[in-house]
Amino acid sequence: MTAVVETRSRRRLPGGRAAYAYVAPFFVVFAAFSVYPWLDTAWVSLHDVSLSTYNHQTWVGLGNYRNLFTNSFFWNAFRNTITIGIISTVPQLCLALGIAHLLNYRLRGKTFFRVAMLMPYATSLAAATVIFIELFTPDGGLINWFLHSLLHLPAVDWQGNKWASQVAVSTIVTWRWTGYNALIYLAGMQTIDTALYEASALDGASRWHQFRYVTLPGLRPTILFTIVVSTIGATQLFGEPLLFDPTHQPNGGSEHQYQTLGLLMYQQGWTYDHLGLASATAWTMFVIIVLAVLTNLGLARRRERRERRWRHAAEVAA
Amino acid sequence: VTSTVSRQAAAVPAEPAVPAPPRNRSARRGTHGALKPTWVTYLLLGLVTLVSVIPLYYTTVMASHTNHEMAAKVPPLLPNGSLFTNLRAALKLAPLNQGLINSVIVSSCVTIGTVAFCTLGGFAFAKLRFRGSGLLLAFCVGTMMVPTQMGIIPLYMLMARLGLAGHLPSVILPTLVTAFGVFFMRQYLTSAVPDELIEAAFVDGAGSFRVFLSIVVPAARPAMAVLAMLTFLTTWNDFFWPIIALNSQNPTIQVSFQSLATGYAPQQSVIMAGTLYGVVPVLVVFAVLGKHIVGGVMQGALKG
Repeated sequence: MTAVVETRSRRRLPGGRAAYAYVAPFFVVFAAFSVYPWLDTAWVSLHDVSLSTYNHQTWVGLGNYRNLFTNSFFWNAFRNTITIGIISTVPQLCLALGIAHLLNYRLRGKTFFRVAMLMPYATSLAAATVIFIELFTPDGGLINWFLHSLLHLPAVDWQGNKWASQVAVSTIVTWRWTGYNALIYLAGMQTIDTALYEASALDGASRWHQFRYVTLPGLRPTILFTIVVSTIGATQLFGEPLLFDPTHQPNGGSEHQYQTLGLLMYQQGWTYDHLGLASATAWTMFVIIVLAVLTNLGLARRRERRERRWRHAAEVAA
Repeated sequence: VTSTVSRQAAAVPAEPAVPAPPRNRSARRGTHGALKPTWVTYLLLGLVTLVSVIPLYYTTVMASHTNHEMAAKVPPLLPNGSLFTNLRAALKLAPLNQGLINSVIVSSCVTIGTVAFCTLGGFAFAKLRFRGSGLLLAFCVGTMMVPTQMGIIPLYMLMARLGLAGHLPSVILPTLVTAFGVFFMRQYLTSAVPDELIEAAFVDGAGSFRVFLSIVVPAARPAMAVLAMLTFLTTWNDFFWPIIALNSQNPTIQVSFQSLATGYAPQQSVIMAGTLYGVVPVLVVFAVLGKHIVGGVMQGALKG
């Protein structure tokens, strides 16, 4: 906690030119293979370009962006990205919180449980998606068999139905990342001072109250971080919806029912060879991420300020 | 460069992520005062474990039946004897072995590069004074927000121009360093190595690289191990850039899965057998190192 503050005053060690040499490998590689491509994407987004005319680009100004924002496929992908993002992130983080709470008990065999929770994270998304396609097969898949034969519910069309297909794609994301987030929450929970629990127990707080008034506030920075990171991941969702389509084309289903912005960008660039439009989509995604992250941080800060005011008022009143 | 890497930003420590030796475990706050579990706790955890493992288990079931058996009214729930037949068919269909070899090469190169360069960079940011360090570090952290999509078109053109498209260096070079890695090592080294120690070495006339080799690297070893594990896993599972840069003649394992479903009538059992073949090596490593990987994820997450 104090590390950041302390380093500023302590960092008086000589560095000189050698320091630049040490950060140089990072920045040289990063500049060549990350920063340069990002900037070039911005440049390309202002041109009419295809793979064969990459070196003879035609300037179109903001034309690609205008095309994009008047394109119904863009808005469809935009909406899908948001809905799939919500269906995959919200249950994922809530479940992770609950699981972390369970893992925080004084367990027998806790290493076993922790490793088991992390198994999906070790499974690649390519493999996980292949597996879930089989489980979600409308006719004869394990999930529909379970729903239909055991629970006597109607079978679900996990490919054709818009919401069902989005739930299916989100399930893959949720399966892979819930355990990972649970461990991150668990690490956060273990830094909460146990004296707080003891004090609240003396005050007669129930377990739910302890969770609500001790655990959750203590975890707030960790929760904020997982929300930010999940938002970044959800905005660029690509592999799961690409592979979930039986044709392995970036359509996001026969009616584009689960086409995300990441897929749309890939389709514009690699299927239709509109590199300018694809680049414009990529930069739009970046702007969306920045806005989403800033919104999250802003909301968190406002809440914090409001609570500090309340606490202050309560102290004054007392 | 992958979404997984940016996910790991959650694992950014604000305090040194001291990978806890076993003796620390029981003394860690929160463990000794933790609640006593009841049978409900174990029941719920058992359910979650089941959900984590069932898809992998059912893959084994599907991979060991013929397609015909899988189509039965009641899907089989236990493994059967056709695993090796399906596996042979899968290996004929997709270059899985080459995919595995390529993935080992790529992941090893990326891991070695990332750990070496990021430790070096992290050391400079944590312990050395130089003009613009604050700005450079802020830039480094900010780039974790950039989606993979933003670079792939120019990157592909660049690789084509360099004659690397379709070859392994095209997937190794771009991920040879990560912003996450630099920040991770910087956070760790800031308080893992006392300034006095480094000052004393400088007074004794050691150069900064000497200091790096004989003081910083030994102290950084636990964090380097964590970074190495996370980087290897992320690179192994990376999908987006490899599928663009490589092709089915020279794939990584993730790319080679694509060849399983092609052909006139894709056979589920064969697809599952191939998938299993590609996943098992990671899961075996994971089972052996699982405890350490769990520790790595958690220690990296301290004060996210």
